[in-house]
Amino acid sequence: MKPQRIFSMLFLIVAAVLMPLAASATEPVHEYALSNGLKVFIIEDRKAPLATFQIWYRVGSIDEPAGKTGISHLLEHMMFKGTPKYGSKVFSNIIQRNGGSDNAFTTKDYTMYFQTIASDRIGISIALEADRMKNLLLDPKETVSERDVVMEERRMRYDNEPQSQLHEDLIATAFKAHPYRNPVIGWMSDIERISRDDLAAHYRSHYAPDNAFIFVSGDVDPKKIMEEIRREFGPIPVFGKRPAKTITEEPLQSGQRRVTLKKEAEVPYVMIAFPVPSLPHKDSYALEVLSAVLSGGKSSRLYRSLVYEQRIAIESSADYSGLHRSPYLFLFDAVAAPGKSGAAVEAALFAEIERIQREAPSAREIEKVKNRIESSFVFAQDSNYSKALYRGMFEIIGGWRLLDSYLVGVRGVTPEMVQKAAQRYLIVDRSSVGTLVPLEKKSGK
Amino acid sequence: MRTIYQHLGVIGIVILLCAAQAFAASPEINEFRLTNGVKVLHVERRNLPIVTMSMLIKASPRNEEPSRAGLAYLTAKLLTDGTASKKGPEINEAIEYLGASLGTTVTADFTMLTYSSLKKDAAAGLALVSDVLLNPVFAEEELVRKKTMTKGALRQREEDPQYVAKRRFLREVFGATHPYGRVLEGSPATLDAISRADILDFYARYYRPDDTVVSVVGDLNAADARRMLEQYFGSWAVVRAEHQGTGKQEQVPQMIANRVVIDRDVTQASIVLGHGGIARSNPDYYAVQVMNYVLGSGGFASRLMQVVRDEMGLAYSIYSSFSANEEPGYFLVEVQTKNASAATVVAEVERQIRRMRAEHISDSELNDAKAYLTGSFPRRLETSKRIADLIVSADFFGLGADYVQKYPSYINRITKEDVLRAARRYLDPERLALVIVGKESELKLPDAQPLK
Repeated sequence: MKPQRIFSMLFLIVAAVLMPLAASATEPVHEYALSNGLKVFIIEDRKAPLATFQIWYRVGSIDEPAGKTGISHLLEHMMFKGTPKYGSKVFSNIIQRNGGSDNAFTTKDYTMYFQTIASDRIGISIALEADRMKNLLLDPKETVSERDVVMEERRMRYDNEPQSQLHEDLIATAFKAHPYRNPVIGWMSDIERISRDDLAAHYRSHYAPDNAFIFVSGDVDPKKIMEEIRREFGPIPVFGKRPAKTITEEPLQSGQRRVTLKKEAEVPYVMIAFPVPSLPHKDSYALEVLSAVLSGGKSSRLYRSLVYEQRIAIESSADYSGLHRSPYLFLFDAVAAPGKSGAAVEAALFAEIERIQREAPSAREIEKVKNRIESSFVFAQDSNYSKALYRGMFEIIGGWRLLDSYLVGVRGVTPEMVQKAAQRYLIVDRSSVGTLVPLEKKSGK
Repeated sequence: MRTIYQHLGVIGIVILLCAAQAFAASPEINEFRLTNGVKVLHVERRNLPIVTMSMLIKASPRNEEPSRAGLAYLTAKLLTDGTASKKGPEINEAIEYLGASLGTTVTADFTMLTYSSLKKDAAAGLALVSDVLLNPVFAEEELVRKKTMTKGALRQREEDPQYVAKRRFLREVFGATHPYGRVLEGSPATLDAISRADILDFYARYYRPDDTVVSVVGDLNAADARRMLEQYFGSWAVVRAEHQGTGKQEQVPQMIANRVVIDRDVTQASIVLGHGGIARSNPDYYAVQVMNYVLGSGGFASRLMQVVRDEMGLAYSIYSSFSANEEPGYFLVEVQTKNASAATVVAEVERQIRRMRAEHISDSELNDAKAYLTGSFPRRLETSKRIADLIVSADFFGLGADYVQKYPSYINRITKEDVLRAARRYLDPERLALVIVGKESELKLPDAQPLK
């Protein structure tokens, strides 16, 4: 999955404090801790006989050793390849024959596994997840075959998709030192060389109760669920003291960086990135509102100006991803309209940036953003999966209760704060600009 | 392996019971008509202060001439771009200020207009929806703008080899004039051929209250639902009395096996193969669903995934699909693999198709498929939006008001013989259309003849 898409949903959370309506739509979170360090959060929602089980591991691509990019993601794949008790792919088969769905995804900051299933079958999730937290097989033959699968995944998602490839190039340009520069799926030559022993070492260092937490949301009795969780996860030994994670900090950028991708493609595509702080930095709230004023909906500035009025782009968006363990990026992108150049699109994006730096947005624009956020938040409460997901993302960056301080922060955002954030962070000399230059196709049959 | 399967068999039986329990909680649908004939399906759901609406309008590519492909799409997308009293940007801003969402989608068989908002904003939002649906002006300037954007989006999609392969496959199966064989948005040439008069005429003919079904799900009771919908949609009148019906009966051309290679400078080949399929009304639909689950729609439980991904390591994604539409749709297998493996993967997919026709599926495959299909059904009813979409589509396809309750029995009565019969009738390895978008020099295809 592409992490940036998940993070854009962050806005949904803002509203709980903005509006009492949103607050009234949320259920309490029951919080527990096992003696081996595993934390468990349970949200009780009795509307339908369904539940979601999510287990989050605090390991993502930024935790990978040099030369082993993509190992967290490959390990995520291998987690479905069996334990001595349950053979390869048995995990998904059991879940499916119980009417459930299961999957997992790896981001730069964490790895998450989930199942959605009839609530009286949630014990199956608990037993299977506990088993693969400690007993993963990592069969050498399966490892080779799954490495090939991931190489196919990389070809499909990146090498054959010019816009995704530009995204990868731009991130690697915007970060010259911080490991955010590496793609989650890994560089091809690294994937090819990851061995069974590498995976076993990565598994041993990161898959342990004290490096994970669980969210359960749905039609469940927290006390009963906790009995099952204690029984299955309780005996798993604590990992204990581990070497402190050292993550290289990104030095301050002085001067614009540019990257060009020339590839068979149809339409010019432009991306711009600016380094920004992550939550819970005091400016993160204004950055959230800034990106919602610029992007999301046909009345947002980028659509209204670049797509509708100037007809210079057919799509344009801004994305601030505050839910990161380290400072990340404020990203812009736009797909050129027929006959328009990448340079023209880039100039139009910078013109919109200058406009909001010059003049604060209107009070009605800010009000609209808050109304949209409130409504989206309430709608998200209709799904067990999204309820658990949003709280889990906050838990990764320091604790799900950060949601509350975050909400207070966003509530206080004014038009002037949005303007100031644009002035402080959207600086040309700190930008990285990526351009896809389409090459003509070879003639095909 | 054997002990595992025995163990799993036990779990499989338990799930049938629990699925039955989930169905007990299925939504109670109130059905009524507005004075102008709009059919309403209402479900009261009080868990959140929200209202969602899905309106199914019988206007689709099946109602347009091939030379004006994209007409149904443009008509639907231009609804929100201006009414007699409001400009497009004004409408979008008003909807978004409410935190509401309003959108239109065009499928092969119908147009769907969806609306959702907090309950407190429902009246203000539905007033805007009413204006958009009843008083669109389809301004020339907006039409020009929409055409340009659509052409740009079509061009950008050419970058995606999977899209290129699928589009060519549909044309191979249905021919260039069949509505299911075309791209919904049309092509640059057909878009150019569409005038404002065409759109006004299409709207007048096919946007009709007496042909429209709307589902409303959320925090309002039947009386409030009736009052609100009558207030905002009750004055919607038939514009043009003559009625074209729901479209022509289309014949799927008799497919002959064919192979198409589109040469692109890519590292991975995108492969689509298949042929014509079944209509949603086909009585064998449920046998086909079980059969297809085993073949390739059952995720990691499917044979294609187990063999091509897990055992051979040749693909990240592989699946099979039947598009059961109002008219017979397609059967296809879609897969991506590095250029050099394309021939191996195609041969294996064909082998698996032949195997489905040659022998019965195993008992555990049958039980697993049934357990998933029945057990996962309640998840399709988790949110108000999902309920609204499901019940309005079920009505369109004539599945009956008790479809949700009856679905498990439709699946549970399928036997291994039904599955084998369905495979022999609806899978045909002798007339597969195969499309590969890949680097031709690396594909290692056995020969240039049509596949046997």
